[in-house]
Amino acid sequence: MAAVSKRLVLHFPKRLTNEPIVYKLVKDFGLEFNIIKASVTPGEEGLLVMELIGEQRNYDKGVKYLTETGVKIQSLSQDVVWNESRCTHCGACITLCPTGAFSLEPTTRKVSFDHTKCVVCELCIKACPPRAMELYF
Amino acid sequence: MAKTVAEINEKIKKGQAVVVTADEIIDIAKKKGISQTAKEVDVVTTGTFGPMCGSGAYFNVGHTKPRIKLGGGKVYLNDVLAYTGIAAVDIFLGATALPDDDPKNRIYPGEFRYGGGHVIEELVAGKDVRLMATAYGTDCYPRRKLETLINIKDMNEAVLFNVRNAYQNYNVAVNLSDRIIYTYMGVLKPKLGNANYSTSGQLSPLFNDPYYKTIGIGTKIFLGGGTGYVVWQGTQHNPNVLRGDNGVPKRGAGTLAVIGDLKQMKPKWLVGTSFLGYGCTLTVGIGVPIPVLSEEMLRYTLVTDAEIFAPVVDYSEAYPQRKPDILGEVSYAELKGGMIKVKGQKVPTASLSSYPGAVEIAGILKEWIKKGNFLLTEPVAPLPGVESGIVFKPLEERPIP
Repeated sequence: MAAVSKRLVLHFPKRLTNEPIVYKLVKDFGLEFNIIKASVTPGEEGLLVMELIGEQRNYDKGVKYLTETGVKIQSLSQDVVWNESRCTHCGACITLCPTGAFSLEPTTRKVSFDHTKCVVCELCIKACPPRAMELYF
Repeated sequence: MAKTVAEINEKIKKGQAVVVTADEIIDIAKKKGISQTAKEVDVVTTGTFGPMCGSGAYFNVGHTKPRIKLGGGKVYLNDVLAYTGIAAVDIFLGATALPDDDPKNRIYPGEFRYGGGHVIEELVAGKDVRLMATAYGTDCYPRRKLETLINIKDMNEAVLFNVRNAYQNYNVAVNLSDRIIYTYMGVLKPKLGNANYSTSGQLSPLFNDPYYKTIGIGTKIFLGGGTGYVVWQGTQHNPNVLRGDNGVPKRGAGTLAVIGDLKQMKPKWLVGTSFLGYGCTLTVGIGVPIPVLSEEMLRYTLVTDAEIFAPVVDYSEAYPQRKPDILGEVSYAELKGGMIKVKGQKVPTASLSSYPGAVEIAGILKEWIKKGNFLLTEPVAPLPGVESGIVFKPLEERPIP
């Protein structure tokens, strides 16, 4: 059975922000999750960006469960890509990225971009002086 | 043990010169001692690769048939306005020039995706550029309009001419206000959210020759991936600032005006650059060789990041209002460590100048010299030093009667 790993943006309506939804994904469907970004306050609309990992069958069931519960699912279709050939390795991005997706190699001070930490907030896109960060849809 | 530039050049021609970078020399001198190192090492190479707004290029585009007098007319290169107030088909393009239809900061913060620096990068990359010109027409230059593609290889001259590069030290920019600000020192987050600096520290040319004893008018340098020359002190050259015991300025001080044939440069080292909410510029690669003429010169090149200090300046109030206040001094060792303390608060740091780029430039220049492809020059005149009495003047406005 093929395992899948997908990054999703989940929008919770107000009534669901008190529900243990992620717990159910784990317990009932055996899915693994990795929360990339979360903004869930009881009584307000919630937002959860996460990576969902598991067998295809379980993944489909989990997504079905989410949809039926009333969670709006959006796949993370926008993608931030580091155009390394345009990067001058200045490092201006390091302190701007809210999730720490950029780091400097300590001795060479070369920049690297950890795509898995990126939440596509797009802050780096316009703040990069040589514009080496690109947004794809 | 004093050496001369001529003696060093003889060794370079024979492929026997000992050349190391300003990073490498520090450990070599620690191991071998000052006097031995000064005997053995002939040249120390430096490098810097950062945004430098005082950059531009002039071009002679050749004469059309029938002729057009661009001088006094209007010329756009890829929609970016070039300066025409010179000879008939000579134009100057500045790195910060913008297209007329760029919304600039009317849509705040402006993106400034394309400007003079980007045109220079594209020309150097060998790309065709759109030249659109209007002129007033004369008896000897009858044409009034010109629209053509143009390529750098077809121009008579294409010369990079930067009036202020390689600043000897610079401010560390922070933001004390409670809103995000967009500056030429990058995006500054509110309430000391980050601190941006912009030199290569111990690798930077003028930190390794703080009193301009070897770098002068006529010094041959690495410029934009090719070779160029120092032609004058840069604008705002200000040797009379606070200096440490090692002679290294603790504030922005000396600058260089540099020139070189754009046709032999490389787009990797001349990169069009955009500062959100501020404007466009050019990131320029410069490397300067420093001849180790004496133990004194060697000592200057041994300076380390821990011994170079920069002022921390608030860009929300002190800088725009031209207040002299600084929030303290920090060393480049602290800046490169990723965290400084300002007003008791820990502030993460980032650089606008590329250290890996500076390392690469110093390395390329080292190889050129070692292989005998790059001889040193002796300055034909020195840059103004501390004794010049130069005072960096503000503009004091006077009413027009």
